[in-house]
Amino acid sequence: MLLLSQGLRREATLLLQDAPEVVVQKLIAGRHDPLPAAWLDTLRRIRGVSSARGRLWGYYYDPAIKANYTLMVAPERGLAADEIVVGAALARIRQIGVGDYLSLRAADGRPLSLHIVGVLDSASELLGADLLLLSETGFRQLFQLPPEVYTDAVLTVRNPREASTVAGKIALALPASRPILRAEILRTYDAVFHWREGMVFVALGSLLLAFLILAWDKAAGLSAEEKREIGILKAIGWETGDILRMKLWEGTLLSLTAFLVGYLLAWWQVFHGGARLFAPVLKGWAVLYPDFRLTPAVDLQQILVLLAVTVLPYIVATLIPGWRAAIIDPDAAMRG
Amino acid sequence: MIALHEVSKVFNQGQPNECRALREVSLRLERGGITVFKGPSGSGKTTLLTLIGCLARPTAGRITLDGRLLSNLPERFLTEVRRHTFGFVFQQFNLIRGLTVLDNVMLPAYPLGKPHRELRDGARALLDRFGLGAKADSRVEWLSGGEAQRTALARALINDPAVLIADEPTANLDSALSREVLALLGELATQGRTVLISSHDPLVFEAVQVDRIIELHDGRMVGDSRC
Repeated sequence: MLLLSQGLRREATLLLQDAPEVVVQKLIAGRHDPLPAAWLDTLRRIRGVSSARGRLWGYYYDPAIKANYTLMVAPERGLAADEIVVGAALARIRQIGVGDYLSLRAADGRPLSLHIVGVLDSASELLGADLLLLSETGFRQLFQLPPEVYTDAVLTVRNPREASTVAGKIALALPASRPILRAEILRTYDAVFHWREGMVFVALGSLLLAFLILAWDKAAGLSAEEKREIGILKAIGWETGDILRMKLWEGTLLSLTAFLVGYLLAWWQVFHGGARLFAPVLKGWAVLYPDFRLTPAVDLQQILVLLAVTVLPYIVATLIPGWRAAIIDPDAAMRG
Repeated sequence: MIALHEVSKVFNQGQPNECRALREVSLRLERGGITVFKGPSGSGKTTLLTLIGCLARPTAGRITLDGRLLSNLPERFLTEVRRHTFGFVFQQFNLIRGLTVLDNVMLPAYPLGKPHRELRDGARALLDRFGLGAKADSRVEWLSGGEAQRTALARALINDPAVLIADEPTANLDSALSREVLALLGELATQGRTVLISSHDPLVFEAVQVDRIIELHDGRMVGDSRC
């Protein structure tokens, strides 16, 4: 769980490195509203802004597969009005490919038939699983969007360290705007994955508690055979300290081995096995789950914390009964 | 030399189930030879051996080893004396299951911190001497009664103790194996070790290897004869 959410946070951070530094939205009554094209000129005039570009994107619900597509205009692709590029997961689930047609229902109720000219690389699936790229004309036709508005605007700033100052100037110049900084998006992703991680931890809490009780019980109670063995060791010349040292080594080796095997299995499961166990909870809320592999990562601090909460209690749990058994009189062995 | 002066041992003292296992026993055990403590069950043989072997302390009286008073030594020093002076062979052999014969033999020497190779060579030499060389890597639960007894003997000797204490060493063996064990103990005694045996088996106290028989009854010493 920790590995998966850490991997997802890391992946999101890497991907958002290339995201625009500032995104500007228009708000009406606290809700997102199309941004007037005239705002772009105002934004370009603000000191510190090097460029401002209007973006067109939105969501489309496809009742055929009960999934939401993310639609985006990609001017750099030079698509014609009836041409689209689709995400790998979308193509997979709709069983369509290059050369096929995808029919969408426009906002005025008319069907819009779009010619697929490309499928997005599966390497970009984290971002593009449910993505549909189209031309500006196609997008405006589909959603019946007037030509003088955009979904939002993206800005680049001359000095990225001044992004928050620029955001302040935007809020002053355009009071109905909401500037969003890249750092804020990163923080939101981080919080979302932390929140989901926490939710699963709560759900697994009872299971963990049951496991801890079982582990404690197994570790804390010595069997009659173990007590007999400790008695023999005392009788043949071992001191209480020797027995405690042996128990310490035994507990450390056992719990460390179990920890390492468990960690390696979890690591393999998350980074090579597709994290099938927790992926549905952590990966997203869409129907079109992206199929991607996380970049393997190891966090030393996380390992140390896990060690502290698993290995140390086990060692302590084995030492106490070991000590209790080791202080018996050595003549007990002589008496059977 | 081991000397006991008016040694008594009381279990559960002051409680309703108080048991007087030994009553004012005084005796001197010279170095070397085989001494057998004879007596019926409950006569105090095993208790006496645990006191001599520093496995327990007397309730009253004094025990000395070569003039050094043992009965008031703290646990740590008592363990030290026990490790270097005494080797034990228990009635139930008390070998640790799951370990090999070799590991069992080496066990008493681990706390002394000897180099492992030296320890292993010493243990193998002992096993060869007792005809168990081929069984060194076998697990102890696969051994016959005689083999288990010889393994216990080898374990008792790994720290080269001056005194070997054997509690009812023939109790779980048939006559042939009992004679074999007695022959081994006799051999150890002729090499200068002091062998102390508790037994109520006539085969033991009638054996030619025995030098002295001390008889106990109800915790008192009732006889002392030299053979």
